Amino acid sequence: MNLNRYASPSIFYPLAGRLVPVFAALAAALAAAGLYIGFFVAPTDFQQGEGYRIIFIHVPAAWMSMFIYLVMAFWSAIGLAWNTRLSFMMTRALAPTGALFTFLALWTGAFWGKPMWGAWWVWDARLTSELILLFLYMGYMALQAAIDDPRRADRAGALLNLVGVVNVPIIYFSVVWWNTLHQGASVSLTRAPSMAQTMLWGMLVMALAAWFYTLAVAFARVRTLILAREQRAQWVRQMEHEA
Amino acid sequence: MLSFVYTIVRREIVLATRRRGDWLTAQFFFVIVASLFPLGIGAEPETLRAIGPGVVWVAALLAALLSLDRLFADDHRDGALEQLMLAPYPHALLAFGKALAHWIVSGLPLIVIAPVLGLQFDLPPAALLALVASLALGTPVLSLLGSIGAALTLGLRGGGVLLALLILPFYVPVLIFGTGAIGGVLAGTGAEANLSLLGALLALTLLLAPWACAQALNVSLE
Amino acid sequence: MPSASRAESVPVLVAAGLACERGERRLFEDLDFELSAGEALLVVGGNGHGKTSLLRILSGLSLPAAGEVRWRGAPIRAVREDYGRALAWLGHADGIKADLTPLENLRFAAALRGRALDDAAAHRALDRVALARCAELPARVLSFGQRRRVALAALTLADARLWILDEPLAGLDAQGVDMVQALLDAHLAGGGLAVVTTHQRLALGACVPRTLRVGAC
Repeated sequence: MNLNRYASPSIFYPLAGRLVPVFAALAAALAAAGLYIGFFVAPTDFQQGEGYRIIFIHVPAAWMSMFIYLVMAFWSAIGLAWNTRLSFMMTRALAPTGALFTFLALWTGAFWGKPMWGAWWVWDARLTSELILLFLYMGYMALQAAIDDPRRADRAGALLNLVGVVNVPIIYFSVVWWNTLHQGASVSLTRAPSMAQTMLWGMLVMALAAWFYTLAVAFARVRTLILAREQRAQWVRQMEHEA
Repeated sequence: MLSFVYTIVRREIVLATRRRGDWLTAQFFFVIVASLFPLGIGAEPETLRAIGPGVVWVAALLAALLSLDRLFADDHRDGALEQLMLAPYPHALLAFGKALAHWIVSGLPLIVIAPVLGLQFDLPPAALLALVASLALGTPVLSLLGSIGAALTLGLRGGGVLLALLILPFYVPVLIFGTGAIGGVLAGTGAEANLSLLGALLALTLLLAPWACAQALNVSLE
Repeated sequence: MPSASRAESVPVLVAAGLACERGERRLFEDLDFELSAGEALLVVGGNGHGKTSLLRILSGLSLPAAGEVRWRGAPIRAVREDYGRALAWLGHADGIKADLTPLENLRFAAALRGRALDDAAAHRALDRVALARCAELPARVLSFGQRRRVALAALTLADARLWILDEPLAGLDAQGVDMVQALLDAHLAGGGLAVVTTHQRLALGACVPRTLRVGAC
C-alpha cells in the first residue's frame, strides 16, 4: 500500500521537515485571523462583557486537549497492532502538546471563572474531567520518562493510552453523575446564552490554528525522536555526511 | 485452568502469611489515615457524617495502592515471575489470579475494618451497610485496575509513586460511585443506583483488566 | 531401528533468522540453528553479547526483532501453552521464594505447571541434589548455591523435554558442577534437549554439545 511508505522513518523524516514550516505558517496566520475576529469583530456580550473573549482560547484548547488524547490512543492502537515505530513516536510527540492544551484550558477556565462565578475554581463536571485528563497526560509522560528502553517505553505507553481511552468516558460519566448529585455549579463555558455567529467563527478559526500548531510541533518532535533513535541507521549517517 | 488460578492465589496467601508484618502495615495505614481526618477537620458529628464516606473510601484507595507496587515486584526480583509467565496457562489467568489474591489479602480486610471506621464518623447502621456493600463491589476493581499499573511500572525507578500517578485517575469512578452509595443512604435516596453502577464497573473491569495486565507484563518483561 | 533414527534426525527446536535488539543496538542477527532430540546447544560469547537475550527469545519471554523460534514445526507463539509444558527454564535469578521451604517451593513449582507432586518424589529430588536435610528450612537461610540446587531439583521434577539454562554452573561448588553435568547427561540420554550458556567448561558424557557463538555483530 502506498500509505505504508510513509510509515518508514527514513521517508517520513524529510517529508515532515518540509511540512513543519507550512503548518507553522498556517497556524500563525489562522491564529492572527482568529484573534482578530475574537477581539475586534465579535460583539461584546451583553451579559458577560468583554471578559467572555477568553473563550476564543479556552474552547479551542479544551477541544484540542480531548482530540489529541483520542489521536494518541488511535496511534497507540495502530502501533500495538502493526508494530510500526512511527506510530509510537507520533503518540509520544503529541503528549506534551496535549498536556499543554489541557493546562491552557484549565488556566483560561480559571480566568474566566473568577469574574463569572467569583471563584478561580469550581467543581464543575467539565473542569473536573479536564483536570483528570491533565493527570492522564502527566501519567503517560511520567511513564515515558521512567523507562529507558525505547521499545518498552513505546509499548507500555501505548497500553496505558488504550486503558485510558476506555476509562475516559467512564470517568467523564462518573464526574457528571457526581456533579448532579452534589448540585455544584451547572454553568458551563460553552453554554453561552447568545452565541453569535461571529463568535462561533472565531472559535472555529482558532481551533484550526491550534490544530495546525499541534501538527507542526508534533512533526518537529517526531523528527528529533527519529534522529535520536535511528542515529546508527544508514540513511541518517548518509544525511550527516552530506550536511 | 481453575486449578492454576487457585494455585496462584494459595501461593500469594502463603507468602503473605510468611510476611505478616508487611500485611499488617497496609491495614494500619488504612486505619491511621482515616483517623487523621477528624483531627484535621474537627469532630462535630454533622461534619463527620458529611466527610465520613469520602474519607474511608480515599483511605481505602491509598491502602490498596500501598501494597500494589509489590504485586509483581517481589516475583520479578527473585525470578519467580519468569517461571509464572512460562507456565502453560494463559497470561490473563495469571493476571487474574494475582489481582484476586491481592484483593483477598488487602481488600477483604478493609471491608471488615471499614464499619469500625464508619462508627468513628458517626455513620448510621444503614450507611454502614452501604459502606460495606460499596467496598465489596469496589475494592476488586481497585485490585484489578491496579494490577495493570503494577505490571506497567515493574522494575522502574520510583515505581511506587509512578504507580500512584498512573492509577489514581482511573480510581475516580470507583470513588464517586462508592461514596455516592453511602451518600444516597444518608440523603434518603437509597444506594441501589450507585451500587448497580459499581457492579457494572466491576463486570467491565473483570472482563478487560486481566487481559490488559497480561499485555503489560509481556511488555515489561521483554 | 530405522524409525527411531529418523525421529532423531527431525529437528525439534528450530531458530530461524533470529535477530535481537537492545535499546537501539543490534546484538545479533541471522542466527539459525536446529536442535534434535538428545542434543545440547552450548551458547558462548562475551558479556553483553546477547546470550541471555537469546535464551529469553528461545523461551518466549522476549520477542525477537526478526525471525522466529519453532517447536515441532510450529511457531512458539502459536503453541505457547504446549511449549510451556515442554519447557523448563532456569534463569539468572532462580525463582526460589525465600519465604518458602525447599519442599514448598517444589510443590508450588509443580502445581504451576499443572502437575501433582507427592512428598516422596519431592524428597527424592531434594536428595538427588544433596539437600535432603534442608527440606523444611525456609529457603532464606540457604546459601546461594543451595538455592540454586533447589532450582535444579525443580528442573528434574518438571518433566520437560527442553531445558533452557542460563549459567547453571554459577555459584555452584565442584560437587554442584558435577551434579549439573550428571543431570544434563541423564536428560539428554532420555531424548531431551538443552540450550545452555556457561562461562565454565561443561564436560558432558556421551553427547558432545554443539557450540553457538553469539554477538560481535
